[in-house]
Amino acid sequence: MTHSPPVLSARDVAKTFTLHLQGSLQLPVLQGVSFDVPAGRCVVLGGDSGAGKSTIMKMVYGSYLTDSGSILLAHREGLLDLATAPPRQVLAARRESMGYVSQFLRAVPRVPAIDVVAEPLLDNGASRSQAREQAGALLSRLSIPERLWELPPATFSGGEQQRVNIARGFATFTPLLLLDEPTASLDARNRGVVIEMIRERLSAGTGMLAICHDAQVRQAVADHIVDVAGFAPPREEAP
Amino acid sequence: MNGEITAGAPGVMARAAAAGEEPSDDFRREVGGHADESGGDMCAASGKVLSVREAGHRYGDRFGCRGVSFDLWPGEVLAVVGESGSGKSTLLGLLSARLSTDEGSVRCQTSGGELTELATLSEREVRRLWRTDWGFVHQNAADGLRMHVSAGGNVGEPLMANGWRHYGQIRARAAEWLERVEIPAHRMDETPATFSGGMRQRVQIARNLVFGPRLVFMDEPTSGLDVSVQARLLDLIRSLVADLGLAVVIVTHDLAVARLISHRTLVMKDGQVIEHGLTDRVLEDPQAAYTQLLVSSILKG
Repeated sequence: MTHSPPVLSARDVAKTFTLHLQGSLQLPVLQGVSFDVPAGRCVVLGGDSGAGKSTIMKMVYGSYLTDSGSILLAHREGLLDLATAPPRQVLAARRESMGYVSQFLRAVPRVPAIDVVAEPLLDNGASRSQAREQAGALLSRLSIPERLWELPPATFSGGEQQRVNIARGFATFTPLLLLDEPTASLDARNRGVVIEMIRERLSAGTGMLAICHDAQVRQAVADHIVDVAGFAPPREEAP
Repeated sequence: MNGEITAGAPGVMARAAAAGEEPSDDFRREVGGHADESGGDMCAASGKVLSVREAGHRYGDRFGCRGVSFDLWPGEVLAVVGESGSGKSTLLGLLSARLSTDEGSVRCQTSGGELTELATLSEREVRRLWRTDWGFVHQNAADGLRMHVSAGGNVGEPLMANGWRHYGQIRARAAEWLERVEIPAHRMDETPATFSGGMRQRVQIARNLVFGPRLVFMDEPTSGLDVSVQARLLDLIRSLVADLGLAVVIVTHDLAVARLISHRTLVMKDGQVIEHGLTDRVLEDPQAAYTQLLVSSILKG
């Protein structure tokens, strides 16, 4: 194990959903969530569905609120606590310090696939031609035929959409990469390409936090598995 | 980082030059320059564009909106969502100096780059903001366009207000912007009265962006349009905002609109801010009872 500081460090994170429309029902889903993602390592969140893996992922990315605890991200030579950071800093962190490959592509109507992939590069100051060139290289590697590049991915198959999504997530070099079922709808060949891309990034020093049910992919890339079941709050009332 | 551009970028020069009442040659040349090439350089200023603290506007003894606080930076899109009567249009009026700030503070970036209390600006200074710094896209295009002046004239007019005198340049620039908002060149001399709703909104957007504002207010710019037209318009707004590094405050009752183009969302009800945060956070993990109700009732399916 390395002694360099982790790129992500969660400590004592807790999450309870309050369902106001169901009589303010309190739904504690996680407590005491603590783990580190060291640079160059892939940490996989394990546990049954419903255990809260996606909730952890979304708290890290900032699309879920973190009730308590801290989530420290290596950002701009320092540490940013994503649990309390204001929106503007979370946006900067997403741009510069953490990439996200989600399970589903959030398609924006009318935007061509190549621009979907190039966008994070543009956001980081690349020129349009440079960004599109890199985006094209990624799409090629993930075997998206060139004739599809200028089409909006909304009409693509599930597997093609996922590969566009992966290309987008890998477009920029961020210290942390979040992977939510990156290979769920891919064939064996493309799964192999994604494994290769993940390994390349790991050896370049990127830290990864992943949700991954595919045993083959998990075996190929996971350095450490965090069992999310261990963070389940004690259940007092029977359902 | 984003938005911080070295001195001498076109936008800076345009604004510095625009600080004088009479536009200098620099101003003319820079605004007349090709926007596609200057692209990201348009996001000139790195400081806040708006800074709002506990601001409110009163109608008689009742507050139309109250206790609003936020900062807005270049390149940021803030959506203000709520049902009709929630105070969102009052807030827009307050921010754009069309309604008085009756309590709290609204400071905006003026030509020099520093933040100035809106209430202290003279009418003339506010008019200058509208001419050089601010745009306003109305829900109803007829409120923002001259319906019986040609599309080209509608887009050229703000340039004339900024001191452009050369007809050929004005026309060329207007044509460029109409192309950018996807109005076919051969319709440039027709009036918006003969255009579809979606086209009118696109002309209105061109008219409001042609002079290089730093802040654009939008009041339900896509409601009343067909869904497919809406999607096209939103996508256009989204890409223009990103290319130009604009700051935008957009009022909408439609959470899908907020999701598609805004970075942050402010939820209003009864004149108060109920919830405020990253748009995806507000929509995916709403905290307030009212936001949960809005999200569950609007975003089904």
